[in-house]
Amino acid sequence: MKILVAVKRVVDYNVKVRPKSDGSDVDLANVKMSINPFCEIAVEEAVRLAEKGLATEVVAVSVGPKQAQEQLRTALALGADRAVLVETDESLEPLAIAKCLKAVCDAESPDIILMGKQAIDGDNNQTGQMLSALLDCSQATFASELTLDGGKAVVIREVDGGLQTLELSLPAIVTSDLRLNEPRYASLPNIMKAKRKSLDVKTPDDLGVSIAPRVTLLGVELPAERQAGIKVDDVAMLVDKLKNEAKVIS
Amino acid sequence: MSMIVNRRDLDFVLYETLGLDEILNSEHYADYDRESLDAMLDLCQTIAEDQFLSCASKLDANEPQFVDGKVETIPELKEAIAAYQEAGLCASAYDADVGGLQLPWMADQALNGMFVCANNPAHIYLFLTQGVANMLNACGSDELKSKYLPNLVDGKWFGTMCLSEPQAGSSLADIRTKAEPKPDGSYALTGTKMWISGGEQDITENIVHMVLAKIPGSPPGVKGISLFLVPKNRVNDDGTIGEYNNIALAGLNHKMGCRGATNCLLNFGESGESIGYLVGEPNQGLANMFHMMNEARISVGMSAVMSALGGYLYSLDYARNRPQGRPLVNRNPEDPQIMISEHADIKRMLMTQKAFIEGAQTLMYYCAELIDTKKLSTDLEANQRRDLLLDLLTPICKSWPSEFCLEANKLAIQILGGYGYTREYPVERLYRDNRLNHIHEGTWGIQGIDILGRKVRMQNGAAVKILREEMQATIDSAAGHAGLSSFCDQLNEYLVLIEDTISVVEQAEDPSLALANATIFLDAMGHLVIAWMWLKQAVAAVNGKQKGNAADDAFYDGKVAAMQFFFRYELPKIKPNLRLVADLDSTCYDLTAEQFLGV
Ligand SMILES: Cc1cc2nc3c(=O)[nH]c(=O)nc-3n(C[C@H](O)[C@H](O)[C@H](O)COP(=O)(O)OP(=O)(O)OC[C@H]3O[C@@H](n4cnc5c(N)ncnc54)[C@H](O)[C@@H]3O)c2cc1C
Ligand SMILES: Cc1cc2nc3c(=O)[nH]c(=O)nc-3n(C[C@H](O)[C@H](O)[C@H](O)COP(=O)(O)OP(=O)(O)OC[C@H]3O[C@@H](n4cnc5c(N)ncnc54)[C@H](O)[C@@H]3O)c2cc1C
Repeated sequence: MKILVAVKRVVDYNVKVRPKSDGSDVDLANVKMSINPFCEIAVEEAVRLAEKGLATEVVAVSVGPKQAQEQLRTALALGADRAVLVETDESLEPLAIAKCLKAVCDAESPDIILMGKQAIDGDNNQTGQMLSALLDCSQATFASELTLDGGKAVVIREVDGGLQTLELSLPAIVTSDLRLNEPRYASLPNIMKAKRKSLDVKTPDDLGVSIAPRVTLLGVELPAERQAGIKVDDVAMLVDKLKNEAKVIS
Repeated sequence: MSMIVNRRDLDFVLYETLGLDEILNSEHYADYDRESLDAMLDLCQTIAEDQFLSCASKLDANEPQFVDGKVETIPELKEAIAAYQEAGLCASAYDADVGGLQLPWMADQALNGMFVCANNPAHIYLFLTQGVANMLNACGSDELKSKYLPNLVDGKWFGTMCLSEPQAGSSLADIRTKAEPKPDGSYALTGTKMWISGGEQDITENIVHMVLAKIPGSPPGVKGISLFLVPKNRVNDDGTIGEYNNIALAGLNHKMGCRGATNCLLNFGESGESIGYLVGEPNQGLANMFHMMNEARISVGMSAVMSALGGYLYSLDYARNRPQGRPLVNRNPEDPQIMISEHADIKRMLMTQKAFIEGAQTLMYYCAELIDTKKLSTDLEANQRRDLLLDLLTPICKSWPSEFCLEANKLAIQILGGYGYTREYPVERLYRDNRLNHIHEGTWGIQGIDILGRKVRMQNGAAVKILREEMQATIDSAAGHAGLSSFCDQLNEYLVLIEDTISVVEQAEDPSLALANATIFLDAMGHLVIAWMWLKQAVAAVNGKQKGNAADDAFYDGKVAAMQFFFRYELPKIKPNLRLVADLDSTCYDLTAEQFLGV
């Protein structure tokens, strides 16, 4: 069984992101970049399946700039067997990423594609679903448990009302939620071993994929600063304000 | 923003100011390149932030407890240390032949620096263990090495250094611990050791103590001191843990800072035999113990730099987010308050921290580079130069950050105002942690005597000559940068002042009077060396700005500004102090104990 796991390079979750002074985008100069935390969980899940002997190969894939090799190396240090980078400096929308991943899946024919449910840069929560449509394969998003059972995947999903269990035929896409597992740290020896693992670089052109953006970013600004609260005299005044000022009840 | 490291600055020091890339190009370190080190730094930053920083405050508030002769520490400490071990960090600096990862010392310092900044006391156990393993590897017999070294290298067992005794701290000549030879070649130790960091803990199944003791009949004073390996639990021939070795924990010291690191009073051979094994030759104990002294003392300096860095980063972030007051020229209460980072006085305090910390950090890595290049070089003469320079710089490495990076911690508290004085914020803890560094591994005063009494005089002042040549090389490298030339002149001017002071002291008839102001000289010479480190950084910054992209301009401009700050606000302060030293001023020296109080 082969697992393909997608890994995105994003701004580290500890970084307080600020808009650029001209408001054209967020300012990413000299900030720490890391693996998207949900992708890290997906990598961990893939590696655990391999350690249990349920997967024979784990291939990490990233679509992004040359520097995304760092995140692929991290995935290799965490236990992935080899990596593929689809290299581009374009700003990437979920559909573009999904198309690139589809092309890689066509070449690799994985049985399971593990991804994060969303990336913490755009918070789109779309790529897995789009990839499933493009590949026309089954999908289970927001996974909090994954078991493999004789050619099928059983996934417990976190949904609004509680937990939902799905049985999927393979190949299937599973996107990880926060509670799927607790990812391990890499180790210094494994970072060195990762250097010797293969990392293939392709371009969207090589894959015959167009990644031209379809959305224009008009501007980025900080949310309006929160106004100081006030103390209401009584419940009647509170209800009045909720009705007439905040207009959240009627 | 990270509260434990400025990665941009670390890169600047290691690769732009100094030459880690050249060290990585050597055959000995062929496995490594900048990319793999970056990945290691990323990993260490993550573990240090997640596991070490997160429990630093709790560890401080819940110091280890003495319960029924044993120690209890909080579970978070064990988890943090386990994460460090599992990442393979315990073995980072050793060569591959003893099971290590064979990283350059420069790189190892950078990796470990983040842990020190995040949680200094937790790192003390690890730092000591590395020292013990290095000492054993350098001086121990093959038999001892095969029995103890692998578990120390893996971090399965921890190590301690047992030098001090209640009555013998600075003066090791006066230790009383005895080692009686036994028929089988081992020794039975009896005596009391004081201040032993990590002397007892509940983290590892065994502890390897390196103990200074006297064999009966050996010469008096330091010439009769030998070094022994004494395990907490004896080790069977098959490597399994054997009987308890009767090292009793008599009590824990309750410290001002670094509270998470146990500090123990240990009694050897009190209730039964404490068996030890000689490490190296008899009566060579101090030399063997000091085998790693340059490294150990540089690590102490690094620890001072890192405690200060934690305060600097925290206070900088605070200052940028704390609105208070309005510009002096606009006091309109209708206008919003400005962030305190806009006030000139806050900028002064931030800049002072930056100048002290980044100046000292560069010195630590400069010395680490000397240690690495020495290891790689077979050129005997060049290595003798490196040794001499290191010997000269070591007391400065140990003491200058202990003094001035502690000042930086004081300023971090000041920037937080009332909040800085409370335990809800980390800056007071960092100050307390840092206060230790002036005391252990040779006090401030002892370092002063070392530099003025010994180091500047060795081989007819050879080390100071080398220092002059190295400083000149930096001045030469600044040629062509017109903006730096006045600073080059000043560096030279103050160096001459130091040289003149040394020659007066050397000619003094009364050796005690000559050294009466040694500590003041130590600080002054430290200022000169740090000014040199700033000139080095300024040259790298000017070069970097010419080559670099505009996104880095602020970083490089800040470096040049800090250099200018140090030369203008700090360096001139040493003139009156050097005057006192050169005048052999006896104001303090002449005092009698009665003159303080009249009795
Ligand atoms: C937290 C902590 C951890 C420690 N860890 C260890 C450890 O792991 N192992 C270990 O062996 N020791 C350890 N020590 C002991 C430490 O090395 C000693 O405290 C130090 O050497 C000073 O000795 P002392 O405390 O007895 O002070 P003293 O030697 O009594 O010194 C007191 C003062 O007198 C000055 N003084 C002493 N002699 C002279 C002199 N000849 N000339 C001028 N001034 C002098 C000193 O500079 C100092 O200011 C630790 C200490 C502390 C506080
Ligand atoms: C132990 C303790 C006891 C106290 N007791 C009392 C008490 O009994 N009653 C009481 O009323 N208060 C008390 N205080 C409060 C104390 O007076 C304030 O902490 C102090 O005035 C500083 O205010 P702050 O802490 O808000 O710091 P801030 O005002 O935020 O100052 C932070 C930093 O910014 C600097 N700064 C602020 N404004 C300017 C400016 N315009 N120009 C240049 N620099 C500036 C400050 O110098 C400081 O370094 C106490 C505080 C402590 C810690």
